[in-house]
Amino acid sequence: MRRFIYELNESWKIALAQMRSNMTRSMLTALGVIIGIIAVTLMGTAIGGIQVGFDKSMSIFGDDVLYVGQWPWKKVDDWWNYRDRKKIKTEYADSLNRMIALTPNSNLTIAIPTCSVVRSVKYVDSEVSNVFIRGTVSDYVITSTFDFREGRFFNDLESRGGSQVCVIGYDVADALFPSGSPLEKSVLINGQPFKVIGVISRQGSFLGLFSLDSIVVMPLPAFQKYFTAKSEAEILVKVKDKTKLAEAKDELAGLMRRVRALPPEKSDDFSINEQQALKSTLDPIKNSIAIAGLFITGLSLFVGAIGIMNITFVSVKERTKEIGTRKALGARRRTILLQFLIESTALCLLGGMIGLTFSFSMCLLIGAAFPSFPIHFSAGLVIISMIVSVLTGLVSGFAPAWSAARLDPVTALRYE
Amino acid sequence: METRDSIRPVGPLVIDIENITKDYVMGEETVRALQGVSLQIHKNEYIAIMGPSGSGKSTLMNMLGCLDTPTSGRYEFNGKNVAEMNDDELAAIRNREIGFVFQTFNLLPRATSLRNVELPLIYAGIDSATREERATQTLTDVGLGDRIHHKPNELSGGQRQRVAVARALVNNPSIILADEPTGNLDSKTGEEIMALFEDLYQRGNTIILVTHEHDIAAHARRAVHLRDGLIESDDARSVPKVATMATT
Repeated sequence: MRRFIYELNESWKIALAQMRSNMTRSMLTALGVIIGIIAVTLMGTAIGGIQVGFDKSMSIFGDDVLYVGQWPWKKVDDWWNYRDRKKIKTEYADSLNRMIALTPNSNLTIAIPTCSVVRSVKYVDSEVSNVFIRGTVSDYVITSTFDFREGRFFNDLESRGGSQVCVIGYDVADALFPSGSPLEKSVLINGQPFKVIGVISRQGSFLGLFSLDSIVVMPLPAFQKYFTAKSEAEILVKVKDKTKLAEAKDELAGLMRRVRALPPEKSDDFSINEQQALKSTLDPIKNSIAIAGLFITGLSLFVGAIGIMNITFVSVKERTKEIGTRKALGARRRTILLQFLIESTALCLLGGMIGLTFSFSMCLLIGAAFPSFPIHFSAGLVIISMIVSVLTGLVSGFAPAWSAARLDPVTALRYE
Repeated sequence: METRDSIRPVGPLVIDIENITKDYVMGEETVRALQGVSLQIHKNEYIAIMGPSGSGKSTLMNMLGCLDTPTSGRYEFNGKNVAEMNDDELAAIRNREIGFVFQTFNLLPRATSLRNVELPLIYAGIDSATREERATQTLTDVGLGDRIHHKPNELSGGQRQRVAVARALVNNPSIILADEPTGNLDSKTGEEIMALFEDLYQRGNTIILVTHEHDIAAHARRAVHLRDGLIESDDARSVPKVATMATT
């Protein structure tokens, strides 16, 4: 065992000396592994980033809220079965709230009606298009996690009275009021003036894809007065205990069936969604990135491994006489095998470290250039790349190392 | 140099070869390089193995050095049957019992003298402190105490061969097997190396010298001549007297 450690130590020294003396060759050979490791880490970063970005985006939704809508939050193959469902109406919220109040030990707290469309928002000469316009009630703030940069949310009175007031998202405020406060100013939506009473602080974007800050929230009666066409309603229901989400979901389904007066033989004609459902829609995306990444990574590592194998064969050939000498001095087969395996592994590790450095700085650069893009460089990724490097080294070095170990000492010593 | 003629009493048997043969397959032909050689070498002998090229001299040296195993015959090294050993067992014997000195020195070019001499000790599993101590001591013994941190390309040919001799000695082997040790040196340096071997012999080492040069072989106390894969002569007194000419 001790001898093994000394041999290991010795092999490392030789490997490092060998790389130093053949710097150019080593670097060129390691290039394949460098590219492979960059591919590994960038793929990992992308997947990790999507996950982190997703979790961050999900926290905006709140994990204790159920969403009652016409469509489920996932891809459905039988879309025609959903298309003809009855529209969700905002009035359901009132019925639900009444039933919740009458149910003892209900797992539901409150139902909030929302209704949304996409419109442009104008102020004097500026215009922002594709803004998410949402009508709701003052209790909406309970289900949301946002803060206010300035101003406030509309109160119960404004909510019921249908005042033409609104709360605008960060992006809308930024685009329409680059300087100065938007408070008490009136923005035009569909030609109707709405007085800004609050600005929501920055929420970021959902997965870095679409901004959650391009939003305008207004009292439901005001919304219904002008934007009913093509609008889509959704009821938000807050759950009392988020560890009992499944029970809450069942309870809500029961209440909704009563609201819709569905006979028992009919199946639900509505969908109850939760943020968890979005997660499952994300998995196929993550998987396809992983498969594509794995293919690219595998290919580049394979090319890299061939390079390493080739150079190790060259190294064995060049040092045939040295191998003979070592054998004459008492090196066993295992010793020689180990020495060349360590050489190829050291080369791969070098490539791996350079690759890691590259991709780490690339991540920093991307992170600096696009702050909203979710970048996640984890320690696990570093460990995985190191393991991949070592494995590549071992696999690619084995054939040449084996041929070196099996050399006949007499032939090797005579080799010129 | 009066010690040159002193023959030390021999010790116990180290190498016992009986009727060994070695065949090489070359294409469709089988060449018998050794046709049945028997040889006994004792501790504290200084023996030269001589012969023209093609005489089987190199083949015999490979057998003696446990680099190869005979096709048939018996070979016992310190009472152990070498002919039946596998590669790793042979490596262990080479490591512990045989010190090789090559014509071309065969030093690791990028390693210092110290690291070169330490190499057999690494394979023997000796810890680094002891390794360094013993390697330094051995290098000092061969007169290179001030060259331990030099690399081969910073040393003269004679110094390189001294490093190689130190490497051969460092594990206290039973025999030192030198293959044309002066072949790559000028005659003056060659004589210095031969003086070193003489010194080693006087200190109780067993030396086997493989050479085709008579004046080098003359340093040995016993000469074995090979021809066509057979021992032609084996006589302590057959050492050519040119030796005395070379030394005077």
